[in-house]
Amino acid sequence: MSARLFSFHGGVKPEHHKNESAGSPIRPAPLPTRLIVPLRHNTRAVAVCRVEPGQTVLKGERIGDAEGVLGTAVHAPASGTVVEIREHPMAHPSGLATTCVVIEPDGEERWVPHQPYDHLASDRQSTLNYLRDSGIVGMGGAAFPSHVKLGAGSGIETLVLNGAECEPWITCDDRLMRERAVTIIDGAIILFELIGARRILVGIEDNKPEAIAAMRAAAADCKAPIEVVAVPTRYPAGGEKQLIRVLTGIEIPHGKLGGEYGVQCFNVGTAHAVHRAIRHGEPLLSRVVTLTGNAAQPGNYEVLIGTPIADLLPLMQPKPGTDRYLLGGPMMGFALPDLSVPIVKGSNCIIAASQALFPEPEPELACIRCGECARACPADLQPFELYWYSRSRNFGKAQEYHLFDCIECGCCAFVCPSHIPLVDYYRFAKTEIWARERENTAASQARDRFEFRNYRIEREKAEKAARLAAKAAETKAKLAKTGEPVAIEKGGDDKPAVSSDDPKKALIAAALARAKQQKAEVEARNTTDLPPETAAEIAEIDARRKSLDLSSKATSTASSTPNQASPPSVESKLPQANDAADSTGTAVHVNEERK
Amino acid sequence: MMTALLIMAGIAVVLGAALGYASIRFKVEGDPLVEKIDAILPQTQCGQCGYPGCKPYAQAIANGEADINQCPPGGEEGIRHLADLLGREFKPLSEEHGVEKPKSVALIDEQTCIGCTLCIQACPVDAIVGAAKQMHTVVEPLCTGCELCIAPCPVDCITMEPVQETVETWKWKYPVIKIKEEA
Repeated sequence: MSARLFSFHGGVKPEHHKNESAGSPIRPAPLPTRLIVPLRHNTRAVAVCRVEPGQTVLKGERIGDAEGVLGTAVHAPASGTVVEIREHPMAHPSGLATTCVVIEPDGEERWVPHQPYDHLASDRQSTLNYLRDSGIVGMGGAAFPSHVKLGAGSGIETLVLNGAECEPWITCDDRLMRERAVTIIDGAIILFELIGARRILVGIEDNKPEAIAAMRAAAADCKAPIEVVAVPTRYPAGGEKQLIRVLTGIEIPHGKLGGEYGVQCFNVGTAHAVHRAIRHGEPLLSRVVTLTGNAAQPGNYEVLIGTPIADLLPLMQPKPGTDRYLLGGPMMGFALPDLSVPIVKGSNCIIAASQALFPEPEPELACIRCGECARACPADLQPFELYWYSRSRNFGKAQEYHLFDCIECGCCAFVCPSHIPLVDYYRFAKTEIWARERENTAASQARDRFEFRNYRIEREKAEKAARLAAKAAETKAKLAKTGEPVAIEKGGDDKPAVSSDDPKKALIAAALARAKQQKAEVEARNTTDLPPETAAEIAEIDARRKSLDLSSKATSTASSTPNQASPPSVESKLPQANDAADSTGTAVHVNEERK
Repeated sequence: MMTALLIMAGIAVVLGAALGYASIRFKVEGDPLVEKIDAILPQTQCGQCGYPGCKPYAQAIANGEADINQCPPGGEEGIRHLADLLGREFKPLSEEHGVEKPKSVALIDEQTCIGCTLCIQACPVDAIVGAAKQMHTVVEPLCTGCELCIAPCPVDCITMEPVQETVETWKWKYPVIKIKEEA
């Protein structure tokens, strides 16, 4: 049309391979025997499970609640029974497991009650929450929650609808636009109204004339300011920043997002999902997946989320020679580590790969600094520099060269005459840097906690000392009042050191005074009020002890401690005789025995 | 002759005054070297280096009392960073201070725990919660894996569990270059 197109730097033109699957209409994939629905759809957020094994669920019933800023809800893609909740490998290059709800469909397809949502009558925030609870995420591959994107921007001028589909082999968006252009345009208008934009630009690569025609026909029927633009076919025209650049001429700087420059970008699949959610009240339960590659029956299928990939393979009938399967396109996708992984909201394509179609990469040679990669880089980076620094693990330098602006499109590795797997190095460096950042955060947290603990221990010590001092002062004050009479009463034989300023001494003095008082009270209790015969007996025993004492004094000088009249007083003497400890102890013991 | 001397002396006095003023005006609080060393140390606070925490060890390195190869949790990479910072030669981890282990966190067997609170007192980062005669548990994200809680436990109910890789923490491996097999 009239719009002036701009160009982005770099890019490559790999063979399209779109014709293999573009001709076949979207067909529903058969219901699998087991649906494995991951509670996690990207690496950022996990939904909170709200079902139990054995529970029956209806189609569209919410089985996981959104948690966190980037969380979205997860729904049962079919009616049936929850068999188990277990860890299952997810569609991720690591092949690591994540929590999945395993549902056995009953084949009845009974829907949970649902009705359309009137987004014009509700306020913006509740509509965004509704989209979050409908599990709407970006269908382009990254599965970024759409409600976050919609909520982020204010003053958005242009809504860009991404139908470029620039990766070779993939045709799911192409088929979706050809067959469901009206619903996509309607979904785009809902997004347009939610975000308050002034115009909608639909970017479609010019190798999809049917899709462009269908979208133009659908756009002509509505009043909204929609323009369907054919963009030159050049990989990666479907990259968000690249498409925005081509359509609007706005170049989004390093570290910024489209929303900050008045442009917000959504995939056509996302617009379709938004239409289903708002106009029909249906959460996101399925997506279109392209099955292609080395296959007899390539095609596009409407696949329920959670369908194991192994169940889809018979549909395309892989030809002999298929040695691995790629998830995503050949440029950015990865080889599946496990075929039991389920389809998730961001899985757009499965490619049966053979040595003929995707030969083993040739051995990596040394970088010859030809600069081809820099010419191909759509993010205007210097891939060879990034390669040097990532390879030598000089991550600080790699970040200085804006490693994180790399979109991992694979153009540099595509053109590299030395067959260096450049993107692998960048991915390695990126995850390594993230790991380091996590470690640093953990370390500074540990440092803070350790320092706070030390501070707390010091504070507790100080508080204890202060408490003791306060108590001592109190006792001192009390002694100053009552201590005088006590001292006089006791006959002043051992004057408490109240005159001293030291709180400790005051405490000791107080304790001594207390002990003395107690002793005075206790002392004669078992020797007073005795019948005469007992008193006589005691006197006799005392006499005997005295004679023994004398004899033991004669034999041993150690047991010189004079024993007193009554056992309690012997014990009270003991602490004072501590220096003579052992021998005295034994002497007393002997005495007791003899008694 | 005299003029030249006076000029030179004048310049010296002015510059000296400027330097003296600057040394007061721009005085750096604390020892920046200690902070830099402390930033490299892993903050495990495990005491394997022989100092009660990472900061004291950093202080000791800065004072030249301790060597740079006494931190097992920091590992070889930590020693390399310290060597770079201090301009010293790299040396392998000193064996008497321990060996580098994969990152682990403490796990309390809650069936065996008697609630003695000894591990709570031992934890340098307050990562164990519990009360006397109540079950204790480790707050996993806060645990530094220092192993200081293991020794005091009277019923030996604490084990160290290596941290498992998750989708969030998974890392791409360093690209391996395939070497052609010799015929």
